[in-house]
Amino acid sequence: MPLLVFQITAVLVLVLAAFFMFRGGGAKQQAIRRIFFLLFVALAAFSLFFPEAWTKVANFFGIGRGTDLLLYIVVLVFFGYAVSTFRKFRNQEKQITQLAREIALLRTEREQDNK
Amino acid sequence: MSGTWVVIPVYNEASVIGSVIKQVKQVFPNVVCVIDGGTDNSAEEARKAGAVVVEHPINLGQGASLQTGFDYALSQPGLTEVVTFDADGQHLVSDAKEMVDILRLEKLDIVIGSRFLDDRTKINFLKRAVLKTAAFWTKITTRMALTDAHNGLRIISAELLTKIHLHQNRMAHASELIDQVAAENVRWKEYPTHIIYTDYSKAKGQSLLNAVNIVFELLFK
Repeated sequence: MPLLVFQITAVLVLVLAAFFMFRGGGAKQQAIRRIFFLLFVALAAFSLFFPEAWTKVANFFGIGRGTDLLLYIVVLVFFGYAVSTFRKFRNQEKQITQLAREIALLRTEREQDNK
Repeated sequence: MSGTWVVIPVYNEASVIGSVIKQVKQVFPNVVCVIDGGTDNSAEEARKAGAVVVEHPINLGQGASLQTGFDYALSQPGLTEVVTFDADGQHLVSDAKEMVDILRLEKLDIVIGSRFLDDRTKINFLKRAVLKTAAFWTKITTRMALTDAHNGLRIISAELLTKIHLHQNRMAHASELIDQVAAENVRWKEYPTHIIYTDYSKAKGQSLLNAVNIVFELLFK
């Protein structure tokens, strides 16, 4: 019984997370990201009810336990996430720099015009 | 020297910036200080000393400050060359003057200061080793045989300046600048400069650990 409660709560949390993830506009890349995310949600829900499935997949790849397989996947996903976040911040920094520079130069121009 | 603009990146240098600008203005009438955010009244001091002040609304880093100064200088009519000059008073105005004269006389694109061409600059062993390694790296990656790639005193012609776009906001801009300059096949020269390591400039100066940051920033563009 407690397992069922856990499973249902976890699915609810996943659905909520998916809902919030899906808000906001975008393009092709975002669509792909969303498909992956859907897949992720489905897999997560699935593994709640069939945890032994991971072990079967793991065994197929010659990895001991399903938990180990999940750990490897998580490390890979995290690395990808870290890289894409790093990129995103770099781009954002460039844009902020341009904005700030533009503001700085305009202010100086205005100051000199007022003299 | 009326076609020359001196670009001074400033981050919290209120106690010295006024006197540095006054010294510079004895030779170069056009000085632009790029105030890079900060918390003190550097901007006020710079204005009082007679510099044009361009103020970043937020802190962006020294590389970004230089580029802002370059953009400002390029917007000024009759620009012939810019001088990059450190705010902490570690450069000599007389060196800058000499370097501009050489650039004009020999029709060079860039003159770069080096503290290793004579023995005026007193520098400790570790710092020398790091700077020498950086210079060696520059030499093999750009084929510009510089002796000191991280000297803040440089003279850049207006023509070359239009081709420089610094994207490294933080510490790696010195290497980035040399990379871009080297790609243009420029006529360049090094000039022996004296770096005055005062207690103030030492306290404000870069930690050697920053070399790690520079390498990292260059690798992960």
